[in-house]
This record gives sequence, C-alpha cells and structure tokens, in this order.
Amino acid sequence: MSDLYRMSLAALVKGLKNKEYSVTEAVKSCLARIEATEPRLNACISVLGEQALARAAEMDAQGPPAANAAEAAPLWGVPMGLKDIISLKGCRNTCASRFMEDFVPFYDAEVTARLKKAGAVFLVKNNLDEFAMGSTTENSCFGRVGNPWDLGRVSGGSSGGSAASVVAGQVFASLGTDTGGSIRQPAAMTGCVGLKPTYGRVSRYGVVAFGSSFDQVGPLARNVEDCARVFEVIAGPDHKDAASARTDLYPDNLPEQDCLDKTLEGKGKEPGDVLKGVRIGVPEEFWGAGLDAEVEGCAMSPLKKLEEHGATLLPVSLPSQKYALAVYYIMSSAEASTNLARFDGVRYGRRARQPKDLLDLYYSSRSQGFGEEVQRRIMLGTFALSAGYYDAYYRKAAQIRRLLRNDFDRALDLASGGCHVLLAPASPKTAWTAGLYEADPLTTYKMDLLTITLNLVGLPGLCLPAGLGKETKMPVGLQIMGRPFDEAAMLRLGAVIERLTPDIGLPGALDGALDER
Amino acid sequence: MSVAKWETVIGLEVHVQIKTASKLFCRCPNKFGGEPNTRICPVCSGMPGALPSLNSRAVALAVRTGLALGCRINLHSVFSRKSYFYPDLPGGFQTSQLEPPICETGRFVLNTRNMPGAHRQNPEIRINRIHMEDDAGKCIHATDSASLVDLNRAGTPLVEIVTEPDFRSPAEAAEFMRQLRQLLLYLDITDGNMEEGSMRCDVNISLRPFHEGGGGKFGVRSEVKNLNSFASIQEAAEYEEERQRDALESGQALEQETRHFDPDSGSTWAMRSKEGAPDYRYFPNPDLPPVVFTQSFVDEIAAALPERQEARFKRYTGELGLHAEEAGILVGSAALAGYFEAALALQPSPKRTAGLILGNFLPECSRREVEPAALMADHFPPARLAHTVAMLEQGKVSLRVLQDLFRELLDGTDEIETLAEKRGLLQVSDSSALEKAVLDAIAANPDEAAQYRGGKTKLLSFFVGQVMRVTKGAGNPALINELLKKHLER
Repeated sequence: MSDLYRMSLAALVKGLKNKEYSVTEAVKSCLARIEATEPRLNACISVLGEQALARAAEMDAQGPPAANAAEAAPLWGVPMGLKDIISLKGCRNTCASRFMEDFVPFYDAEVTARLKKAGAVFLVKNNLDEFAMGSTTENSCFGRVGNPWDLGRVSGGSSGGSAASVVAGQVFASLGTDTGGSIRQPAAMTGCVGLKPTYGRVSRYGVVAFGSSFDQVGPLARNVEDCARVFEVIAGPDHKDAASARTDLYPDNLPEQDCLDKTLEGKGKEPGDVLKGVRIGVPEEFWGAGLDAEVEGCAMSPLKKLEEHGATLLPVSLPSQKYALAVYYIMSSAEASTNLARFDGVRYGRRARQPKDLLDLYYSSRSQGFGEEVQRRIMLGTFALSAGYYDAYYRKAAQIRRLLRNDFDRALDLASGGCHVLLAPASPKTAWTAGLYEADPLTTYKMDLLTITLNLVGLPGLCLPAGLGKETKMPVGLQIMGRPFDEAAMLRLGAVIERLTPDIGLPGALDGALDER
Repeated sequence: MSVAKWETVIGLEVHVQIKTASKLFCRCPNKFGGEPNTRICPVCSGMPGALPSLNSRAVALAVRTGLALGCRINLHSVFSRKSYFYPDLPGGFQTSQLEPPICETGRFVLNTRNMPGAHRQNPEIRINRIHMEDDAGKCIHATDSASLVDLNRAGTPLVEIVTEPDFRSPAEAAEFMRQLRQLLLYLDITDGNMEEGSMRCDVNISLRPFHEGGGGKFGVRSEVKNLNSFASIQEAAEYEEERQRDALESGQALEQETRHFDPDSGSTWAMRSKEGAPDYRYFPNPDLPPVVFTQSFVDEIAAALPERQEARFKRYTGELGLHAEEAGILVGSAALAGYFEAALALQPSPKRTAGLILGNFLPECSRREVEPAALMADHFPPARLAHTVAMLEQGKVSLRVLQDLFRELLDGTDEIETLAEKRGLLQVSDSSALEKAVLDAIAANPDEAAQYRGGKTKLLSFFVGQVMRVTKGAGNPALINELLKKHLER
C-alpha cells in the first residue's frame, strides 16, 4: 500500500469508502513520499504529519460515511495541501514572508472550512512566492521550490509549492491562489491541472489578500476530474466575502453542482458528441510574437485534434490585450500596497526590536519583514495612488480594464455567434532555469502576459498539460478561458482534451528519489 | 465697540456614531466600552485574510439621516480606502466614502430662538454631503514608553455630515451641533452621548474682511480637530477667531493648517501644516462592491420618518394640554412619542399617559440601565400602558399602588388590577369601608384632631397619611379627603 500516493484522487476516495485501505495508510503513503522528495523539492513550509495521522485515526475509527451521506463528504480521507497564504486554524500561515514566520491564525478560511467538512485531511502548507508576488516561487523566505521534472528549474509561481507538491505525489490535490496566473502558470510549468475560477465564485475569506479585485482561490490536481471534485467543494456563495457571487444573480449559468457531471460527461462520451457545435476561439494576441516555438507547437496540437473531432475553431481578436500588462501591474500593486498596510508590526507578525519611536517601528518592521519583490510592489502601488498620479495611472488603468472585459464579452457572446471558450498557452516559455531573471524583474513580469488578462476581466481559466516541449522536454500548459461562471463547460472540454492528448506521465523521478536531470 | 472689520466663516464636519446592533463591516456588537479588545473579531481587528461585509442597517440609517437633512440620496455610492498608519487603525486604511457619497446637498434651518443677540435670524445651513465610514480603535498612552490599543471601537459605523462654510459665528456652530443632536436623537439615529464620543466634530474656520451683506473671497482656514462638546466647539472657534484676527491685523500671513484644541487652556496648537498633510491615496475599496439600492428603498425610509419634532411639540402642548417640560421629553425621541401616541389611541387621557411614562416607565428604564425601546417592545407595549392608564383613570388602583407594583407589572404578565387584587390593594372607593378607617384615624389621634378643629387645617395631610397607611395606599385619595373633612369639621 506504500504507493497509494500515485493514485488519482477519485480512485483513492472510492477505495477509502470501500475500506480497501485506511485513511491512515493513505496519509502514511503521502508522508513517506514527502520524506523522500521534500529535502530537494522544498514544496512545503509546514508538514502536519502528527495532526494528519491523528485525524486519520479518528476517521478510521468512525469508518467511512454511509453511502447516502457520501455526497456530503466527497473528499473523505483525501490528504491535501494548502498554499501557505490560506488560513488553517492553529497552523502557522507564513505567506513565505519573514514578516509572518511565526503567525498562527485563530480562524479557518472559508475554503478550509468547506474542505474540512468534505472530509479532506490537511497534510502540508505549500511554499509560495512571498505574499503570492512572483512567477517562479523563488521569492520565498523559505527558499525556492524545485520543479519535479527538473529540480534546477523553477516550478512557476506563485503557487509553485502547491503545483510541485501535487505533481510529486506529496498530496492528491492542493489549493492555490491566482491573482495574475499564480495557479495556471505553475500548473503549466509542472504539468498538472489548475483552475482559476470566475472572480466571485470561491470565497476569499481567510486568504491573505494580494490584489483584492483579482484574487481567486482554486484547486491544483493531477487530472481534470480530481480538479473538478475539489472545485465543487470550495465553490459557492459566502456572505463573508462581499465580492462572492450569489449564483441566483446568474440564472443563465450552470451551478457548481454541474461541474463534476459535466467533467464525467467529457471523460465518458464520444469526443465527437461533446464537441458538436462547440465554437473555440483562438485569440491572435495570445498566439503571436513572444511565444517560444516549442510552446506554440505543443499547445497547438490539441486544438487540431479538437477540430478533427468536430469543434469549430474561430480566430478571435482582443485588441486591448496590449495594455494588459501595464494595467495589471498598476492595479494589482495599488491594491497590494493597501492590503499589506496591516502588516505594521503593531498587532502580529514581525516587530522591530527597540524602535526609536512609532515611525521607526513601522519602517524597521516592514523593511526587515518584507522581501525585495514585495517592497517593490508596495512602492509601485503607493506611487500609482499618490495625489496627482491617481488619474494618470489608477483611473486610466481601471478604464482600460473595462475595455478588456468588453473585448471578452464580444468574443464570448454566444447569441451573436461568439465562442464557448478561448484557448491559449498559459506561459510563453516552459519552466526556465532558476535564477535566470533574478536581476530583471520586468522580464519576469512579461512572462505573466498570457495569464493576467483573465484576472483583469474576472473570467475563469483552466490550465492543463498539452504535452512536453520539443527542446526542453518540460511540460507545456494549455489554457481554457471561459464564460463567466461557466466552469462546468471548461471542465468538460478539459476532460475531452485530456483524452485526446497523449499523457505526459509523471516525472520520471517520481519512481524513486528525485533526480536532477 | 468698533464696527466689525472681519467676518468669521465656519464649516463643520460632524462625525456621528449611529445606532446599529453590530459594527459596520462585521458582526461584533456596536456598543460603547467593555473590557479592552473583547468586542473584536478577525474583521475589525485587521487579521490577515479577513474581509468586510456591509451592515445594511447602517445604510438605512445613513439614508434616514440624509432625508432628515433634506439631502439628495445617491442610489449608487462607493466605499474607498483612506490610507494612513496609526496603531488604532488595524487595517492600515479607513473605509470611507469619497465619490460619490451616499447623500449630497441638503439644508438645515438653524433656529435662533435660543440665541439672544444673534445677528442673523434662522440662517439656512447648507449640507455639502453625508457619507458612511468606520471608526478607529483607541490608543491609551499608558506610560512614557508604552501605549495600549483597544479595538472595541474599531469598525463602529459613523456618518459624517459635512456642512458648507455657512456659519458666521462660533455660537452658530455650537448651536447647530445642539440642534443637530436633538434631531438625530429624535430620529433614533444616534445615542448622542457626547462624553462617550458618539458625536464629534472638526471646525473649519477662517476670517475675511467684512462687507455689508457678506460675501467676498474666503480667507486662509485652519481646521480644529475632534471636538466633543458644545463648549469646546465654541471655545475653540472663538480662540481661532481671535488668533487669526490678531495675525491678520499685525500683517502676518496665515498658513492653512490642522490644529488641536486643549480644553484645559482653551487654546489651540498647530498639529501640521498644509505641506505636512498626509496623502491618503483614496481609491475604491476592492473588497466592497458599490452600495446600490432602489428609489423604493429610499421611499420606504422616507415614509417611516416621523412627524417633525417642532410640530409635534406644539400639538402636545396645545391640543393635548401637556406641560412644555413633559412634551419636551416625549418629543425628544420619535420612538418615545410614538409609544405615547400608540397608547393614547387606545384611551383618552393624555396627561395620565404622559405622567405614567415620565413618572414610572422612564425612571424604571434608567434604574435597569436599559433602552426604553427594549422595555416598550417586550414588557410594556402600548396596549398594556393604555390599560394601566385606564385602570388609574377608573379609580381601580391608586398611583401609590401603581408605584409599588410597577416593577412587578413590567416583569410579569398579570395586569395591574390583578396584581393589586392579589394583595388586597385594589383602590377602595367604597365610602362605608373608608369611613371606618377615617373615624379610626381621628379617634386614634385626638390631639391632632383638636388642633385641626382649632384652625390648623394643614394637619389634613397628616390624617390622609394615616388613612393611607391603614389601607396600604389602596384608598381613593379624593374620597378620603372628603370623608376626613366631613368628620373633622363636623
């Protein structure tokens, strides 16, 4: 039973409920895997072995839920991870920041509470870029995360720890957060499936804020079905998040409960039946200059297969995309600069010793506690909101943001022949060598170009492997961009693509200790 | 006295804590005091990851305030973040409204009736805007090296009422604050407790050369922050008036600055100049969607606004024949006046109804330290009040018995006559039963009887007391008087 960790989440739950093995065995299998891989992967900030084993023993003693109650505990006994920016009561929530190294929250995030109720067992808190700011998980005060396919390369970010942990078999699924691609881009770079839900679909309560109007929590898993299973548990309205969408306001859209059904439909039905009448947009701005040839080639192959099986491919233009990078870095940094104001050294977290006065307490605590990238974003955001600059930067950016959404609304307007989804690569490059852009933050920012747009317009994105790049032999991710609150249709299409695309398999290193290639 | 050379121009920013059950963005109780940091949660203590959710009652109260001040109500308004660092501000920003606020452009006619010597009669004060925001916590500077932070107040809902610079004297500004407080108390929008900081204001003041008929360019203003009494508003403004005049007359240039008032010395001192003013970096709070409601929401609140205080007072003292003092207390709160009127609809005795509310009900509320509203609703609804008044009116119980049994009446379900009957205290209006008590009292006190008959008629009350004691207050006082006179004067 020592290789339980290799199973899919769906299969694991089935076996647990049939008592083929115990929750304790599942947890132990993952713990052994963590022990074997973690020293060089560095995907976890906290490993909650004892608590998880204690919880597992309790669950085993109680036994699996009765068949009719099974729906209430769809993740019964599943070892899971949480990005270390999502509150889990009683466990430190570091945000990979020196500022928060010892911070222990006294309440659960809404998503954490929902997963607990669904029977998940929390095994690790995953590494990330400090306060989710970064695209490589190199900006962590706990050190960078290795890519399970090649430890010398980055795992993407900022949810790089969650992605690497899932791919390496440490946990069956993990939650990440996505402010500008932080779920989709690491999923692409490590070859797993990541979903950024529609803004408002998943509660942000208890998730340390970066860019409030961008942040969404979502699952990372090893296949589309597992991803859908976790998503169904965390999605849905929450009165504690004022931006949380009441689904009754969207009568035209599919409720969360349809997501798994639609995914299974995509897996089970003939692709031709599923793809009949489906219009897929190919936005020229996402396939143009700047893409590495191996990414373009690899990401394009599933599109051809979809067309062969009856889907219609349509060229689409999103002209405002050229402003997306600037708009994103102005607005997300502006929000971040005030979201991070609460880290002042007064109530919790890092506090400078022997400050001269109040101002020195603020300056010293924040200078000592925040890393370089976080400080850069705070400066950028503070500048963009300053008197005299607000109109030129923030206000202008907010106006362009609206234009971008208009572009998407046009492209996805079904009534006038628009597309059901848009497809694009998730990153212009496969995972690059660690440290490559260390001295060049602007180039790293540019690497986010293909993912930030969805956060600007609030629409959902599902990233899944399209294959391995010809040159680097590293995973290439394909991104499905969907209509608002239409995650079900994206997951269904994702399941079809998964069937039509050759499995990239697990990183070879998963069979033993991880090797540097 | 020389002819005025300078004209004083004052505008106010009034912060009012409004009466909601919970705070503006979380479910913590909105209540003054308490052990430090006991009325807090992740949201109002600024814990990482916590998010605000807007209290709908606060929105309704802000609209009510706007309607009472004749404002235009914006069906779409926006909360912004106002960023600055201070230990009592847990999020690092205050959530306030910049553009657009919930209410704009109102008016308030300042009644100068109580301002002898006022040089303007009933001036109209324009309201620039009213917006919602959350209050900060409190810093307690415990020692030279330690300050303590209490966040119980953090997140308390406020409305800020901003006037145009329409006051022309410190007295007008202070009087406005008094009348505004009366109005907001009447409408049950605030508890109006100045000592507890429920209403505070910033005074913006400048001088300009006096012209007959007013007008001209405004002078350089100073803003005196955080005044929490009528006296300090007036004193601070008067001090500033004098300071600015002295400066102007000696040819000094004034600087636009923010000043602090020290009530002990009655003077103000500069906190910061215009250059030192913080840049609050306002921008729309991305955690809160715009506040959007329909005109019918506003219409409902407007329809629920009570009769104007002044009109009600006139009706009570005129038509209903109440004393000015009684009427004044009743119309001090629309809820109380409404209670009075609801009971009056069920029986016809305004004076007794008012007497019972002011003489029994309100004192009992203060004794129990509860809001009258709570007792009105749960223990003593208008129907019971009306019934009790009727029992008094019909002579079933005496005032004295009511006094003794009032607490029991509030706490139980038995009506007053049932309680009195159980104790044998129903008012005795049967003259034969009382007559015996009267004769006994006279027989037991022959000396006093003789003195009375000798002309010391004041002793009548002594005999009334004797009879009352024997009847445990249940004797009808009018009847006892009559019987005593009959037997003593025979």
